[in-house]
Amino acid sequence: MSVLVYIEADNNAVKKSSLEALTYAAKMNAGDVTALVTDKAENLEELGKYGVKTVLQVNDEKLSTRPVSAIASAIAGAAQKVGANAVVMSRSSTVDAAAPRVGVKMKATVASNVVALPQNENGFVVRRGVFTGKAFADTKLEGENKILTIAKNALAVDDSLSGSATVEAFVPEFGAKDFAIKVTDVKKQEGDILLPEADLVVSAGRGMKGPENWEMIENLANKLGAATACSKPVSDMDWRPHHEHVGQTGIKVAPSLYIAIGISGAIQHLAGVNSSKTIVVINKDSEAPFFKSADYGIVGDAFDVVPKLTEALEKAGI
Amino acid sequence: MNILVCICHVPDTTTKIKFTGTELDKNGVQFIIGPYDDYALARAVELKEASKGKLTVLNVGEADTEPTIRKALAIGADNAVRINAHPKDAYFVAEQIAAYAKDKNFDMILMGREASDYNGGQVHGMVAEMLDMPCIVPCMTLEVEGNTAKMGREIEGGKEYVECEMPFVAGCQEPIAEWKIPNMRGIMMARKKPLEVIEPTSQSAPTEVMAYQLPAERGNVKMIDADNMDELVRLLKEEAKVL
Ligand SMILES: Cc1cc2nc3c(=O)[nH]c(=O)nc-3n(C[C@H](O)[C@H](O)[C@H](O)COP(=O)(O)OP(=O)(O)OC[C@H]3O[C@@H](n4cnc5c(N)ncnc54)[C@H](O)[C@@H]3O)c2cc1C
Ligand SMILES: Cc1cc2nc3c(=O)[nH]c(=O)nc-3n(C[C@H](O)[C@H](O)[C@H](O)COP(=O)(O)OP(=O)(O)OC[C@H]3O[C@@H](n4cnc5c(N)ncnc54)[C@H](O)[C@@H]3O)c2cc1C
Repeated sequence: MSVLVYIEADNNAVKKSSLEALTYAAKMNAGDVTALVTDKAENLEELGKYGVKTVLQVNDEKLSTRPVSAIASAIAGAAQKVGANAVVMSRSSTVDAAAPRVGVKMKATVASNVVALPQNENGFVVRRGVFTGKAFADTKLEGENKILTIAKNALAVDDSLSGSATVEAFVPEFGAKDFAIKVTDVKKQEGDILLPEADLVVSAGRGMKGPENWEMIENLANKLGAATACSKPVSDMDWRPHHEHVGQTGIKVAPSLYIAIGISGAIQHLAGVNSSKTIVVINKDSEAPFFKSADYGIVGDAFDVVPKLTEALEKAGI
Repeated sequence: MNILVCICHVPDTTTKIKFTGTELDKNGVQFIIGPYDDYALARAVELKEASKGKLTVLNVGEADTEPTIRKALAIGADNAVRINAHPKDAYFVAEQIAAYAKDKNFDMILMGREASDYNGGQVHGMVAEMLDMPCIVPCMTLEVEGNTAKMGREIEGGKEYVECEMPFVAGCQEPIAEWKIPNMRGIMMARKKPLEVIEPTSQSAPTEVMAYQLPAERGNVKMIDADNMDELVRLLKEEAKVL
């Protein structure tokens, strides 16, 4: 038995979420851990401290945009090469799209959005987040091969192991249609902190009355080093861009701190944010449903409270 | 254009989720078209109308999903197929869809980004792999020029614009189109549109839910005076330890 972990790197550094996947794989106690990397990355030997024995490094310019089908072929090929019967990866836009393809290629059973280590007493059982944050399903996976995609922050990164990983070059075989999708343009969002990865999020809703009032929201976010988010009607009305929309039909976030300003707390909004560690709600209506799902609540007019909060942070040296 | 849209039948988004043993407690639960699938359907109706094409909706489900399927017909699909089986898991569903679609010459197979119940996000990728087609998720814009589909999808830190030749599979999300609400005429017409029921071709379902858990409730909310933001900052630092 052994485990393969597909890891991603940005700016030559392995992503924190990928380190979580490595920790997950090491803690499965299911044999050697091999990491597969197709992005440019440095100091890969150091992955030994997360329990990695071997790193397979693919050096192929064609993979720089992470084309999903080709990445899926690389993962299935690497798993076959090292005889891995489990593939573990952290959720990302690439992993979410590649995992089901790898599953079919390897005849493996796929479990996505896994939030805890497997239980092995009665078969192989993993806990998955389902019903958009409203429940967990302990799911038994049949079959020899398994693919797990791990939810962000499912477990803490453990870098306490010793040893250094061996880095080997790996040249995957691609299928005829693996590059059928051509990337014509990529527009990176500039400057801001990216919402799906943010540790602190400042979010605002219809209570802000109009897009012209977002300056105070941005000031607060800048002070904290937080990403900005919004409720669905706000992006539907084009007050804010769609990539800021959180909730059941938008992005799901799980930051350490989520500050909700002028958002009522509809169940579809909560579905996307209730995995946040700490929730602060600012609303002028003391009956707003969001207070029931909050850790800290402030009843007051956002136009008055938000600048005061920014000021208080300033005073506290944040 | 010949379009297939796959819809799941899921609890309304306002449902308070409860379980009796290892079953979802369906008591009082309203079922709807998966919200993401509803976006896929809306875009498909637009593309079909523009191209004077044909739009089929498909659901893998038991007879109780028929009102949900009729709603999709009322929104604008021409005909419907129900594969008569309990949708046991993503692989089971994907095998049925792939078996149905493989010889039907669809130009595109549109789905939602994920089913809002089991949140697998797998059926589109599996169907695409089974049929050896490209697959784009999450597909947020979709235009067709000749035989080429041009799409936008969200990736970490921005947007990626891609194109591929038809046929393809996509898992859709807003803002690809706006939800369409069926009108009276659509509802009347939907009653007469064909809904074919076919039997499943395979039975393999490699996953099984053994137990459900509900997330831990948050403790009581601590209210802080609007004039005392220093206290909030202190609590966030010292009590919640998030700053
Ligand atoms: C299928 C479906 C999916 C959906 N998906 C999502 C989703 O993904 N995300 C999402 O957000 N919504 C979603 N919705 C919509 C959701 O039901 C709510 O309509 C929406 O979340 C409300 O947004 P809001 O809280 O900004 O606005 P409102 O509900 O209008 O709330 C505004 C709040 O601001 C407060 N307020 C007003 N003025 C002030 C002030 N000066 N200072 C402080 N507070 C003030 C009010 O008291 C009120 O509580 C979905 C709906 C459906 C049917
Ligand atoms: C009462 C009930 C109980 C269920 N119990 C389970 C269960 O225990 N475990 C389980 O995995 N599933 C169960 N399902 C089925 C579930 O709703 C999905 O149909 C299926 O399992 C795929 O789940 P997923 O989250 O992986 O889908 P995803 O991969 O997230 O779905 C992606 C897209 O595929 C399409 N799609 C998904 N399901 C269907 C379908 N049935 N027919 C047509 N298109 C579809 C939709 O466009 C959807 O947006 C149950 C359904 C019902 C109604």
